[in-house]
Amino acid sequence: MNIKVVTAAELELDEPRHKHCTATRNACKLCTPLGACLAFRGIEGAIPFLHGSQGCSTYIRRYLISHFREPIDIAASNFSEESAIFGGASNFMTGVQNVVRQYRPKMVAVATTCLSETIGEDMDRMFHDYLRDHWTEGHPYLVKVSTPSYSGTHMDGFHAAVRAVVAALATPLERTRRVNLFGGMLSTADLRHLKELARDFGLPLTLLPDYSDSMDGETWSEYEKLQSGGTPIDDIVATGSAQVSLEFGRTLGEFKTAGRFLEERFNVPNRRLGLPIGIRETDAFFEQLELASGQATPAEHRKERGRLVDSLIDGHKYVFEKRAIVYGEEDLVVGLASLLSEIGIVPVLCASGGKSGRLAKSLREAIPTLDERTEIREGFDFAEIGEFADECKPHIMIGSSKGYSVARKLGIPLIRAGFPIHDRIGGQRILHLGYRGAQQLFDQIVNALMEAKQESSTVGYSYL
Amino acid sequence: MTPTPPNGPEIGILPARQSSIVEAGKAGAGISCGKHSAAGSVSQRACVFCGSRVVLYPISDALHLVHGPIGCAAYTWDIRGALSSGPQLHRNSFSTDLQELDVVYGGEKKLYNALIELIDAYQPRAAFIYSTCIVGLIGDDVHRICKKVEMEKGIPVMPVNSVGFQGTKKDGYKAACEAVYRLVGTGSTAAIKPHSVNILGDFNLAGETWIIRNYYERMGIQVVSCITGDARVDDIRRAHGAKLNLVQCSGSMTHLAKMMERDHGIPTKRVSYFGIEDMSAALYETAKFFSDAPEIMERAQELVREEVAAIYPKLREYRTRLEGKRAAIYVGGAFKAFSLVRALKLLGMETSVVGSQTGNDEDYKQLQEMCDPGTVIVDDSNPLELAKFCLEKDVDLFVGGVKERPIAYKLGIGFCDHNHERKEPLAGFVGMLNFAREVYSTVASPVWQFAPRRADRYRKAAEPVGAAAKETLKEVAV
Repeated sequence: MNIKVVTAAELELDEPRHKHCTATRNACKLCTPLGACLAFRGIEGAIPFLHGSQGCSTYIRRYLISHFREPIDIAASNFSEESAIFGGASNFMTGVQNVVRQYRPKMVAVATTCLSETIGEDMDRMFHDYLRDHWTEGHPYLVKVSTPSYSGTHMDGFHAAVRAVVAALATPLERTRRVNLFGGMLSTADLRHLKELARDFGLPLTLLPDYSDSMDGETWSEYEKLQSGGTPIDDIVATGSAQVSLEFGRTLGEFKTAGRFLEERFNVPNRRLGLPIGIRETDAFFEQLELASGQATPAEHRKERGRLVDSLIDGHKYVFEKRAIVYGEEDLVVGLASLLSEIGIVPVLCASGGKSGRLAKSLREAIPTLDERTEIREGFDFAEIGEFADECKPHIMIGSSKGYSVARKLGIPLIRAGFPIHDRIGGQRILHLGYRGAQQLFDQIVNALMEAKQESSTVGYSYL
Repeated sequence: MTPTPPNGPEIGILPARQSSIVEAGKAGAGISCGKHSAAGSVSQRACVFCGSRVVLYPISDALHLVHGPIGCAAYTWDIRGALSSGPQLHRNSFSTDLQELDVVYGGEKKLYNALIELIDAYQPRAAFIYSTCIVGLIGDDVHRICKKVEMEKGIPVMPVNSVGFQGTKKDGYKAACEAVYRLVGTGSTAAIKPHSVNILGDFNLAGETWIIRNYYERMGIQVVSCITGDARVDDIRRAHGAKLNLVQCSGSMTHLAKMMERDHGIPTKRVSYFGIEDMSAALYETAKFFSDAPEIMERAQELVREEVAAIYPKLREYRTRLEGKRAAIYVGGAFKAFSLVRALKLLGMETSVVGSQTGNDEDYKQLQEMCDPGTVIVDDSNPLELAKFCLEKDVDLFVGGVKERPIAYKLGIGFCDHNHERKEPLAGFVGMLNFAREVYSTVASPVWQFAPRRADRYRKAAEPVGAAAKETLKEVAV
């Protein structure tokens, strides 16, 4: 194969590559409350409640529904002009009462919005007043998280929500063998795979959140006000007594995560790992599973790894030094780029709408061989990705369906991964994690490249 | 209404919501509607911003900049099926993406810079600047910035007063009309013929405006502008030269039509393009308006004859398969609901539940009159209520939008998308046929035999015991 690798230097793409644009054009990120709402739906019997405008709830519902193809009810205090001027306390009180009455939830999980944050709503006070007036035996839990949408992305909202729930519920009981796993914003297939792994290692696991059933469930035989499934509340209470917390996310840095909270408050050791995408990151995760369980990796999983390696060898020539654009949430980008670098694909652009300030550092930690051919961009949007792509001529793109217009314009394959997938059925069931996830991603990537070659060939071999 | 639904736990109706639900054929007070949504209810409505955004979105050679934090722009990026025959600028999502410091110190400078850069880069014919919740709070003087940029760049720059919490989606429609009205009357009306119209309130979803426009043109009527389906700024500028405004979609464009009537003396006709009856009525009403040219009516009659003849045999086939099935309708505007009730009737189907996000008193009165006794009529409903009604009435089909779809599917009920996202044209005569096919392809699908709520019926129907069972089989298997 004779592929000329165009490096950033050759293209004279030194910074600033493009004139900075003040506006965000086709954002590669979503707002903070969306992440919080999704995380909350991964808790058994919890209903998300947005303190703010009605539109936020409706837009977020539609966005999530179009990916998961499941109902997701998000209540809102439905601010009016008066609430914006005089405060939303009365809407909050009535709203929570109405939600409790209609849904009979186990938890009302409140997230703020830019509206309530800007007018400076005193949520502590509101909670206090509400509980003073309305608490009865068996009243659902109330938790809250601050998620102003002008600060951070949906990932910040997601992690903050998980921490808020743990901080509200965890208690220090007698230490157990239980392992806490804070996976981040994963697909339902990923969540199921993690639970399977823990089972096979004989490890009692608290996976938080776990929307694998609530956001990817069966058709109902009877009406479910709130879809069943989710991390049991008792398990969240018990996170304070776990032997260890594992949390995925190299770019989390100083972020106050649930794992860090448990470590600081209850001395539950916190191990931070990269998202287990690709072989090395998955190896690191399996090492932790072995450590926590005191047991070697079961044969089935060793074989799964073996078959993966075998297939990488079978397919390596078709992918070697192909150029890829990877985009999405920062930790997903690190994981996917790690997988790509293991199979010889050059991630020429690793881009995210997030701005943790740690994307480059995390990529270099995960991929020691990363060189100057890879451009790393935080705070990037799809217009910028498109402009970059026009210059660097990638062979393939990997990320959410929102990159479709760029890939279509370039006439290159898009491998759908992450969130959202709004143009396919089963976007919520894409498996990214573990050896099995790597296998599925690799098969898709190599086949997409083979197909592109086949389609563009004048000969059109049916034997490759 | 029966107190307990046939399936699952009882679904209660909030006291604050009870007056917004009525039954056709029952005497009593009117429906309560047009109110703010009850706090804590999971309304299917969106906000003021959403109302403005959906109405203005299809203007394809304009820049649409959302002034606020990222969510509002991100969730409305290229989600509608509004097609353009030319520029695609409207399919982008531009946002000032306000950050914490902007909220503290104000976002005016950022708005100004963003606007100047975007106008330079994309050369739009006009720009719309949408205010969101935050802008309503931090007090940015959006009007001033718009005026300044307008002077500098020489294109119309319209502020859209779409602050999310300042009203309902309907107020957003009104704000959009106010913004777009600034363009009307600023262009030349040369070469506009005496028999000319504006198509208002059609958004060219899946190319529907093109279908309608073609009908009018075949009748010999000039279409001056479509607001806002496949719209161009220059066409809107000369819209005041048309002789008649044809307004579809109950809420969204009535305000614009009223302003044009007030200032330019252009009369208005309310029309709908869904279903054979309403589509034909729209053409005939328009022809009647131009009674000085009887050939227009003749062409209309011929057009209707031709179009109906082309779809009727196939429609009849669908009707035999759909006869007696029950439907629920929940849509944004009530006017669309009227057309849907009629269109379903044409397919032999009965509407058992019908509601809208933004209907008014008169709309609901009309629904009560046109629906069979016992039909549930509801304003500003929510998932729990909709599920309750669907179960109680045991419907076979739900006509709604994305947020209603999973409710239907989870309960094993067929679904037809009649919202802004749709990719099949459902307007016009050909649209009626598409609608029938859409309905048929969901109601008659074999997948329901596996849905838990319906599996029993299929099993029973499959048992070969006598004529009664065969009847049931016919009924459930379509």
